[in-house]
Order: sequence, then structure tokens, then C-alpha cells
Amino acid sequence: MKRWIPLIIFAVLAGFLYVGLYLNPREVPSPFIGKPAPKFVLPVIGQPGTTFSPEQAKGKVWLLNIWAPWCVSCRAEHSFLMQLAQSGISIYGLNWKDKDREAEALLNQKGSPYIVTVDDLDGRVGIDFGVTGTPETFVIDQSGIIRMKHVGPIDEAVWKKKFEPLLGKLEKST
Amino acid sequence: MKLAVLLFAFALAAPALAEVAAPNADDPVVEARINKLGEDLRCLVCQNESLSGSRADLAEDLRREMREQMNAGKNDAEVISYLTDRYGDFVLYRPPFKPVTYLLWLGPVIFLAIGGTIWYVTLKRRRKMQDQIQPDSEALKKAAALLEQ
Amino acid sequence: MIPELGHFALVVALLLALTQGILPLIGAHRGNATLMGVARPAAQGQFVFVLFAFGCLAWSFLNGDFSVENVARNSHSQLPEIFRFTATWGSHEGSLLLWTLILSFWTVAVTVFSRHLPEDMASRVIGVMGLVSVGFLAFMLVTSNPFLRLIPVPPDGSDLNPLLQDMGMVIHPPMLYMGYVGFSVAFAFAIAALLSGKLDVAWARWSRPWTTVAWMFLTMGTALGSWWAYYELGWGGWWFWDPTENASFMPWLAGTALIHSLAVTEKRGAFKSWTVLLAILAFSLSLLGTFLVRSGVLSSVHAFATDPGRGVFILAFLGVVIGGSLALYAWRAPRLMTGGAFSWFSREALLLGNNVLLLAALGSVLLGTLYPLFMDALGLGKISVGPPYFNAVFIPLISPVLFLIGVGPLARWKQASLPDMVSRLKWAFAVALIVAIILPFTAGGMNLMATLGLFLALWILFTILIGFAERLKNAQGSLMQKLSSLPRGYWGMQIAHAGLAVGVIGATVVSNFESERDVRMNVGDHVELAGYRFTFQGVKEVPGPNYVAGRGTIEVEKSGSKFVLHPEKRIYNASGMPMTEAGIDYGVFRDVYVSLGEQLENGAWTVKVYHKPFVDWLWGGAFLLALGGALAASDRRYRIALRKAEKASDKLAAKGATA
Repeated sequence: MKRWIPLIIFAVLAGFLYVGLYLNPREVPSPFIGKPAPKFVLPVIGQPGTTFSPEQAKGKVWLLNIWAPWCVSCRAEHSFLMQLAQSGISIYGLNWKDKDREAEALLNQKGSPYIVTVDDLDGRVGIDFGVTGTPETFVIDQSGIIRMKHVGPIDEAVWKKKFEPLLGKLEKST
Repeated sequence: MKLAVLLFAFALAAPALAEVAAPNADDPVVEARINKLGEDLRCLVCQNESLSGSRADLAEDLRREMREQMNAGKNDAEVISYLTDRYGDFVLYRPPFKPVTYLLWLGPVIFLAIGGTIWYVTLKRRRKMQDQIQPDSEALKKAAALLEQ
Repeated sequence: MIPELGHFALVVALLLALTQGILPLIGAHRGNATLMGVARPAAQGQFVFVLFAFGCLAWSFLNGDFSVENVARNSHSQLPEIFRFTATWGSHEGSLLLWTLILSFWTVAVTVFSRHLPEDMASRVIGVMGLVSVGFLAFMLVTSNPFLRLIPVPPDGSDLNPLLQDMGMVIHPPMLYMGYVGFSVAFAFAIAALLSGKLDVAWARWSRPWTTVAWMFLTMGTALGSWWAYYELGWGGWWFWDPTENASFMPWLAGTALIHSLAVTEKRGAFKSWTVLLAILAFSLSLLGTFLVRSGVLSSVHAFATDPGRGVFILAFLGVVIGGSLALYAWRAPRLMTGGAFSWFSREALLLGNNVLLLAALGSVLLGTLYPLFMDALGLGKISVGPPYFNAVFIPLISPVLFLIGVGPLARWKQASLPDMVSRLKWAFAVALIVAIILPFTAGGMNLMATLGLFLALWILFTILIGFAERLKNAQGSLMQKLSSLPRGYWGMQIAHAGLAVGVIGATVVSNFESERDVRMNVGDHVELAGYRFTFQGVKEVPGPNYVAGRGTIEVEKSGSKFVLHPEKRIYNASGMPMTEAGIDYGVFRDVYVSLGEQLENGAWTVKVYHKPFVDWLWGGAFLLALGGALAASDRRYRIALRKAEKASDKLAAKGATA
């Protein structure tokens, strides 16, 4: 009977390996799901003297999009974000570690999907949110709780699969 | 002559101008703590490197945060929770001992126990074989006699 | 044209491999000599075509043919010639071709050195290896064709990863693959035994040298990888328990257990079932390693570009090979149960204990490597398992093994006496322990981990000397005559075990007593470390063949001895990738290691200086391990068997001629 054990162990292992093929070992899951968004106050780009804090967005469901002018994938998702903004989705941007100060010019040139975008020059707020790269997008609900984190650019397929159902659920529970 | 003396004095003084190199870090004690903790932490943007060994941007930023925390008086455990609060257990190279990792930490002990059992059982079986094969002294005497012939 | 010829050669090789895999196995099953006779020519033909294909790819690289996608992705016009050649195996596709080439090379070796085997056994062994070749060739042709063309042809390539532009790339992968792939021979022998239902002492005698040689290559390949990481990555680390490192360490652990199990099977006819299972395990782990590195399942510094489609193919291949062989084992294993009796304190029992511990260690490394995947797959979150886990788990498991190395070779087969052993070894134990406790005090104070490592190493060395002394006591002649009368197998064992002890000393001393300083240096500044005085003389810009280097000059001095080190910070032209090259002064008792950090104002730089005592003993020990293996594999009794077979076939040929 115990001569079958090696084969059984292998079969179980192979099962896990198969599942593993469709996972991403480097994607860092967020420990903030279900927890309040970290507090911050940051200056707004393009509006000197103004600041923004998540408090100000309470009462609605909104997206926090972590981006940077030097990030290639961010440019890829830019046009889709513009579409979302036009269809009424509230998107706020966080300009992450923009050492060359290119954000304002870029947004003026290509248009901004953001209600406002804040400037996180030293990346500290990004660290507070557990950001490891760009683009990353957080979905935050009416009471300021983080409901989802998406790593990577958003496109039609990702929106329909991950975001739309969640936003639908959150809007209903108002 | 004066010139020679002057030059000579200058030559003697020259090594004194080159200094003992200053440590790269402002506070070597804090730096040593960061290096030690950082060896057991993952650089989150590298393929598989420690926070101490990595030269990546985010790694520099995280070390900077650790430095600030330590300068503010936090101890090692607090600095580590600062990171796990933001990045989860994924940032730890030493997996925590939680129900979900019991199997990981106890696995080696279990393997050893299983191995030990196999060792013991195999030996018992072999020893039994030996006992059964043990020839009796009668047979031995007969064999000896045969050999003599 | 040439790439297409190479592609065609692979197709022909696949057809030959299919022939080689299927016909001889049928022949052996039916006792059909004609079918069995297909094995050797088919295998040799396959080798010719795979070698030709490899040559076509190498030619494309050497001539910078960027119309071949693989060349465009991994080479560059400025790449020095030697690295253009090694870039042939610098990618996923190229390294697969290398795997396949080495597999067919081992197969040809088996065709040549198997004349003394019964024909059905030889056919089965070659046949099984042929089936494995089919898998790799099919994998290449279906998912990973190295000869794909790239249209439009780019003006230049993307360059080989700078980390790979090093002599290490010339030897490390080929050596490693010789080891991984070499275990396929032991595997094939095991399958042949299961298929025929026959597993006797002769089988162990035949398969043992093949296994030892493969193990020897794997030892060298792994050690070279460690050394390469040490001098290339810039911070002097030599083992990180990275998944790819584990992928080569696990087959090594299984292979070590296997060669010891084979010893018992050969000498005493016992452990047959264990030996077969270990042979399957060692090669399975080689294949698993191949999977892990190419499938994107684990995150590793070493991983090739990932693709789930390829991963599925390899996984299916693994399923067939490993699943198939384990099923065969489960079905046929009961026939293998035999073997002599032995007491609880005997060499067999100690070797069994050794293997149990090695497998527990292996299991733990496998568990740690795959646990993040298990958790993620079950949706339980993501964790990392790194050096702290592996060191915490591996050291306690390997320490008893190291202790047993001192006792095993001195124990008699079947029945040894514990009181006798204690009296022979008590002084060695005491002296080793005392020296191990005292030595760390010369370097700062008590250090339990250092004591553990030093005790085990000294224990092994002392028992080796005792072994020689006891063995020579009853020998005849002068000391030289006595020593040369000892069989090579004995020398091999002792030297290999000594190598392990040397390696343990290296690991113990460098881990516990290395030191470093991280400083800001202006030109002329100096820093002291471990009695050495390092003086920074600035960094000069120096162009290289395909990079621009900031070449530092650091003068190092210590009580009389003086030398200069030139660490570099390079930027490669094609990719813009930065790379640090450490400046190292190698020495028997220490390495002095310097690396550049960042440039500051006024020509100042941050510099890290390291003192690494006894670090080269790590690789020196590995070399001795491999040397021991080579000696053991070339023992008289294997060469006699070969010579007898040659004489026998000569006789038959002569008979045939005269008839």
C-alpha cells in the first residue's frame, strides 16, 4: 500500500504546480482590504496652495490611481481612465516620485482623468499605501475603507471583470 | 634652502590631509541594525533579493523609512511591523509562525519523525531476519566437519 | 539557410529519438534482437543531428545573425566573441537545446560503455533515455523553437544580460546540465530494472559509476554557480536559497543519498527498493527544477522569461515521466524486496540513517521552496520563505549527517560494535570538541554556531585519519606502498568526505567571522578592516569592448604585503544596464573584497570593503568532493568489468571471423 505514496504525493504536487502557472508570484497583495485608507495630506498639482486628503472624498466611491510621468504602462491606461472619468467615475491621482517634475505638463498636454492629482515626491504616502510600483489603483468606498487594490494598468477587460461588479455592489449599499 | 625645508615639511604633512574615510551612514549603530533586519526582508521590486542587498529605488526608500523609525526610537519589532502593516507578511523572508504556516515550520520535524519511524521499522525487520537466519550450533558443527574433509 | 537546417536537424533528431525510445523497449520486452539492436545506432544518429542543430545556433550567434529572433534578443554586435558563443545557451530556448545536446551526449556515452551489459538491459536504458529526449525535442519544436526568424531584421540585438557576460557563463551551465542530465542515466537504469523485474547486485555495480560521475558534475556545477554569484553580484554572498539554487541543490541531496544507497545495494544486496526510488527521485527533481525555472511559478533572480503555455507542456511532460515511473514503481516494487539482514548498529543502519536525514533535509528545502505557491494556490495569502527559514531548518538536519560521516566508514557491515566504536573514537570526539570550543575565542569570544561547524568538520577529518591508520596497520610494505594498495574507491570516499569537512569549515568561518565597512572615500582617504589598510585612489573612466567602466583603484596593505584592487562600475552600451564588478584578492585563508557604491561630489565614492576569512574553502571543499567522486567512479572493479567485456567481444569477433 505504501508503494503508492510517492505517486500520490507527486499527483498532489502536480496539481498545485498547475494552479501556480496561472498565478503571479510577485504580485504583492494588499493588507489594507477592508481597512481605512491611510491618512495623508498632500499638495495638489496645478493648484498651488491647495491640498487634498482622503477625508474630502468621503461620501462617494472613488478610485485612487497611483501613476507617474515616467511610467510607460500608465500612459497605456491613460485613455481608458479618461473614458471612465467622462462616464462619471471619480478618479483621484497620486503622482508617485516624480523627480523630474513632469506631471503638470503631461496632464496639460494629454488631458487629466483626475478630479485632482496630488504630488507624492518622496514616495512616502505610496509606502503608506503599500505601493511597489506603477500603475496601481485602489477602490475606496463612501466611508473611506479600501475595498480593492489592482496592480497594473486598467483596460476594458479588467474593468468589466474586477471593477464593475465591485462598484455596482458598493453604490447599491449607500 | 628655505624652499627645501618648506617642501619637506609639506611632504610630511600631505598624508595628514588625506583622511580616514567616514562611514557612509550617519549613525553606524542604526545602520548596522538596518543591515541586519534588512537581510531578512524582501526587496519588493527585485526578483529575489534582500532589502539590505538591493540597490533598487524602492529599497533605498524603505531603508530610509526604517532609518527614520529607528531614529525616532522604535525597536526592531516595531520597525518590522511598520513594514508588514503596509506590505503584509510577503515582505518577511522569515515566515511568521501562524496557523497558516504551522505546516511549514513543523514540516521538517514531521519529516524527521517519519524518517525516524522508517529507520526504526526497517531495522526491526532486518534484525528479525537476522534472528531467523541465525544458524544453531549443531548446524555449525556439522558445517565445520564437512569443511574439514 | 543555416537556421532552417538547424530546425530540420531537430525534426530528424526527434524522429530518431522516437525510434530510439520505442523500438528497443519493445525488443527487450519480446527478446527481439533486431529491435534491440536499433538502440545504439538510433542514439548515435540522434546525437549527430542534435549536435548539428546546436552548431547551427552557435554559428548564428557567432556571426551575429539578427534575423534569428533568439540571436536578436540575446546578443549584440559589440558582444565579445566568447560571450556570443555562450549566449547560445543564455536564453530559455538555447538552454533547452543545450539540455538536449547533453542528454544525447550521455546517451552516446552509454552506447559506448555498455558492451558488458546484457543486451536487454542496455536496450532498455538507451530506450528510456530516448523517450526523455523525445520530450525535450518535442518541447522545443512545439513551444520553444530557437530557430524562429525575426522579420523585419533589426539593425542590432538587445544584448546579452550583462550579468551573464562572464567566464562563469562558459562553464557553470554546461557543468550543471552534465549533472542534471547525467541523473537520467541512473533513472534509465532504475526504469530498466523495474521493467525487467530484475534488480541484482550486478545492476548496482553497473549503474554506480554513471551515478557518481553525474553527481560529481552536479557538485561542480552548483559550486561554480555559488562562486559566480559571489564575485559577480557585488556583495560577496555565496548562497541565497533562491528557488533556482534550490533546484540544483535538491537533486544533489537526492543524488548523494542515491550513491550511498547504491553502495549498500552493491555490497550487501539490500535497499534495492530505496535505490530505485532515489534514482527516480533524483532525476525527477532535475526535471522539476527545469520546470520551476521556466514556468513563472516562482520568483527568482534566475528565472527565464515566463509563459504559462510552456509551463503546461513541461508539467505534462513531468506528469508522464515522473508519474509514469512512480506508477511503474508502485506496480513492480514488491518484486524488489530482498536483501540481507543487519543489526541496528552496522554500516547499513548508519547509511540508512544518513539517507533518512538527507531526505528530511531535501523535503524541507522542497517544502520551503514551494510553500508560497501552496498558500497562494489555496487563496491563503502570500508569504516569502527565504534564508532565515532554510538556514534554521537545514542546519539542524545536516548536522547529524555530518556526525554520521565520522562513524559510518569505520563501522563494519552487518554488525558493528558500539562500545568498540566509542573506544576507537572517544579521543577524536574530545579533541575536536575542545578545539572547536576554544578556537572562536581567538576571534572574539564564544560562538556556538561556529563551534558546531568546527566540531563537525574536525570530527570528520580526525575520523578520516583514524580510518587510514586502522586500514594501513595491517597492510604490507612502506608507507607509499601501503597507501597505493588502497583501492581508489576508498580514496574517493575519504577525499570526498574530507572535502565536505573543508567546505563546512569555509561556510562556518566566513558566516561567523566575516566583516565589512561601508564608507565614503575621497581620493587619498583610507579605511582599516581586519588589519588591512585600504587607500582609495580614485575612479577613472575606461572604455570596454561593449561597456564604459568607472574603474576604481584601491591600494591594500597589511604588515608588509601590498596589492592593488580594481573594482568597477560598468554601464553596458546596448542596454544601459549598470553592473558592479568587485575587486577581489583571493587567498587561501581569506578573500579581500572591494566594491564601488555610488559616485559623490569631487571624485569621491561610497565604497564597501569586506574581509572574508576562509571563504575559498567552500569551493576548495566542493572541488575535493568532486575529486573524490571521480576517484570512486574510476575504481578498478569498474574498469575490470569494462576490460573483460572488451576482451569477450574481441573473442566473439575472432570466433566469428574464423567460423
